[in-house]
Amino acid sequence: MIEATLTKRFGVREVLSAARISVSAGTVHALVGENGAGKSTLVKIIAGVLHADAGTLAIGGTTVDVARWDRIRARAAGIGIVQQHGASAGTLSVVENAVLGVEGGPILGLAATAEALKKLGDQVGLPIDPWAEAGELSVGAAQRAEIVAALHLGAKLLILDEPTAVLAPVEVDGLLATLRKLAATGTTIVIVTHKLDEVRAVADDVTVLRAGATVATFDLREARDGSHVDVAAIARAMVGADLPAPAQVAEPAADAKVVLAAKRVSIGGLHDASLEVRAGEIVGVAGVDGNGQRELALAIVGLISGMRGTIQLGGRDVTRSSPAARLSAGLAHIPEDRHHGGLLLDATIADNLALGRADITGRWRIDRERVQSNARDRIAELDVRPADPHAIVRALSGGNQQKVVVGRELSRPALTAVVASQPTRGVDLGAVARIHDQLRAAALRGAGVLVISADLDELLALCHRVVVLLRGKIVGERAGAALRSADARAALGTLMTGATDVEVRA
Amino acid sequence: MTERGAPTPERTRFAQWLRPGSNPRRELLAALIALLVVIAFGSLMMLAAGKAPGHVWSLMVTRTLGDPYLLGQVLYKATGVTLTGLAVALALDAGLFNIGAEGQVTAGVLACAVVGVTLPAGTPAVIAIPLCLLAAAAAGGAVGAAIGVLRVTRGAHEVITSIVLNSIVVGVALWIGNEWLFRGGTTTGGKIAPGAMLPQLGFGGSAVNASLVIAMLAVAAVWWLRNRTTWGQAWRAVGQDPSAARSVGISVGRVQILVMTGSGALAGIAAANFVMGHKHAFEEGLGRGTGLLGIAAALLGRMHPIGVAIAALVLGFLSSGGLAVADVVPKELTEMLLGVVVLAVAAAGPWVRRREALT
Repeated sequence: MIEATLTKRFGVREVLSAARISVSAGTVHALVGENGAGKSTLVKIIAGVLHADAGTLAIGGTTVDVARWDRIRARAAGIGIVQQHGASAGTLSVVENAVLGVEGGPILGLAATAEALKKLGDQVGLPIDPWAEAGELSVGAAQRAEIVAALHLGAKLLILDEPTAVLAPVEVDGLLATLRKLAATGTTIVIVTHKLDEVRAVADDVTVLRAGATVATFDLREARDGSHVDVAAIARAMVGADLPAPAQVAEPAADAKVVLAAKRVSIGGLHDASLEVRAGEIVGVAGVDGNGQRELALAIVGLISGMRGTIQLGGRDVTRSSPAARLSAGLAHIPEDRHHGGLLLDATIADNLALGRADITGRWRIDRERVQSNARDRIAELDVRPADPHAIVRALSGGNQQKVVVGRELSRPALTAVVASQPTRGVDLGAVARIHDQLRAAALRGAGVLVISADLDELLALCHRVVVLLRGKIVGERAGAALRSADARAALGTLMTGATDVEVRA
Repeated sequence: MTERGAPTPERTRFAQWLRPGSNPRRELLAALIALLVVIAFGSLMMLAAGKAPGHVWSLMVTRTLGDPYLLGQVLYKATGVTLTGLAVALALDAGLFNIGAEGQVTAGVLACAVVGVTLPAGTPAVIAIPLCLLAAAAAGGAVGAAIGVLRVTRGAHEVITSIVLNSIVVGVALWIGNEWLFRGGTTTGGKIAPGAMLPQLGFGGSAVNASLVIAMLAVAAVWWLRNRTTWGQAWRAVGQDPSAARSVGISVGRVQILVMTGSGALAGIAAANFVMGHKHAFEEGLGRGTGLLGIAAALLGRMHPIGVAIAALVLGFLSSGGLAVADVVPKELTEMLLGVVVLAVAAAGPWVRRREALT
């Protein structure tokens, strides 16, 4: 059905390097990989949403011109896509969305289309209300509507980009059953996911992407009935068990006090999560994005309201304290997205390094001399380039911007605890090393460091202990020798993806 | 579908495109381009009216600058516009678009006049002037605070609430005037205590008065707060990126309410120019238009306090100069140009910034 070898660059970064995928007609094909592996990019190119920079693409045996492949041509070739964040106009009804941009003339024949959609939905087991306003639907219902609309347009190949990320478990089961049924009636399905239990439940074939390249393919057709699917092998392929072993980190003292504790914290996607970080300890939170990591960081810093549970900092209950009170009590926070929450992009390096730091600026009148000298110190310490306190942060590379955030946060006086969310995401290798050094140095000075990262290599390189967050719960933990062992990566990878047939609890 | 408890998405994008970038030279360029557009547009209109633009412009300059009275009127106009311009600039600096300066001026005028009238005739200036200023600032500040509180606690967009409050305040002021202040059949209230009157500055008997000094002090004060204090650091951080401000421990809501209060107070103080410096009484429509011109001054001045003062002079010149040449071209033409300023500068800012990004 599909034979593709595609290359795609965003700016100078190559997100797909001749990534291969081969999908047979009438099968369910799972495309798996870690965050940033290029899964979404690959399917978006096939669906004509994005353009490839190079490569070949054949649909149903016919080679197409990748340079001219777009959504209109893809739709004509019978390719439907249900994107990760939905693509419905919220104030229009389901049926209006279904005909949006595809209706032949200026006069809409909505009633007939609505009838057809409803019938088709019932037929494939995806009941929908064609007249409901798309924005008012639950995410599950909105997704059903998009799938039915794609089928109604004659999709022979249906691409679903992480369809289960937004669904409740019972909805997931229903969707997977429907996908099997659709495949049985001849529709080809490509499902993007990083949850291996779903792969096991639904897929005929698996393609594993890692860092923009296809690293493995698996045929699960024979295995599925006897449930001999080698999930651990898929997990290993996803996270790359062939990487060198990480560097050792000095262990904290055995009697080190707990400096940061979250107790039974529930908020949004986080359910009853508890964890503790001792002085001098670096604890990693592993997991695929969207499993509660964001809420965990915000809850610790106090940037989220309506939280249940308690947060302790340096042995004191700070659950009711403002973010400002927590920060001045020695908490440092490296937010997950430096462009939204970490930096003032149009301010200078010096101003960003002093932002919210009353210990540098003074309480009321700004001590400009100290702001400048602080900037010079941090710039030297972290090798920020350009080494100019007056440079505007927007003009800096991602790595240097992140160094500014790290420099401001980790230089807080009387540092007690650090929450670092995705501290090296989108950062070049040189900066990664600097930032990791700074996090290690913070731990050596006695701070408890919590590193939340989707990058398992990063956690293995840094942490004394790694816990795994899945669907808002902490589902496992590895520490000490178990973390250093050769199969730690595969074991954690399996936990992250929710496959439960591998025993990893330390 | 935002998850429960997560910080709500920030809605400062609307004000974001009006906000100046980080490069002062580029912003100056944007202001100059906007002025050129205004001159070009005005010239076209003059041509359409059958007049030679060069002649009209030079007439406008020589008549206005050559006549002490008209020059004084330019300064009088600029005094009020500087204060409302500072008000709008302060709010925009914090990411809030206060277009309610109009209503805040009216609130200030009313409060200032009421206190001035109530004071005994013998009240010395050292008491009367600060009291009247305080009343004006408090009244304008209260209107601003209401906008800020509605924004922070209810999420009501400040542009909508300030438009609504503009008409409410003007209506209430007129009602109070009719009910208690206006004297027999007129739309003018009683005179304020002599101690609360600010001295005229001459200029051929024009309306310019000592509140010009108050406006200059306000420029200096806002500049200093903005650039030299942690308050300024906090409000600019909130304006640039509320989530960044929040994550370093700045209470975004509190800053927004305080800034809107301060913004309203600055607009309210403009009442000094009209009530204490010129009319010495509450009058229907006194100070009208100053708030709207303040928006133009803030944008043309690229939110910089000194830039705002210069822009206020330019706008004051256009406004009074239009009257000076009213015998040649209709004064509606120059009034229209004041609107063109806003459009031109709103377009020029992003344009200059984008070009810079491309090269």
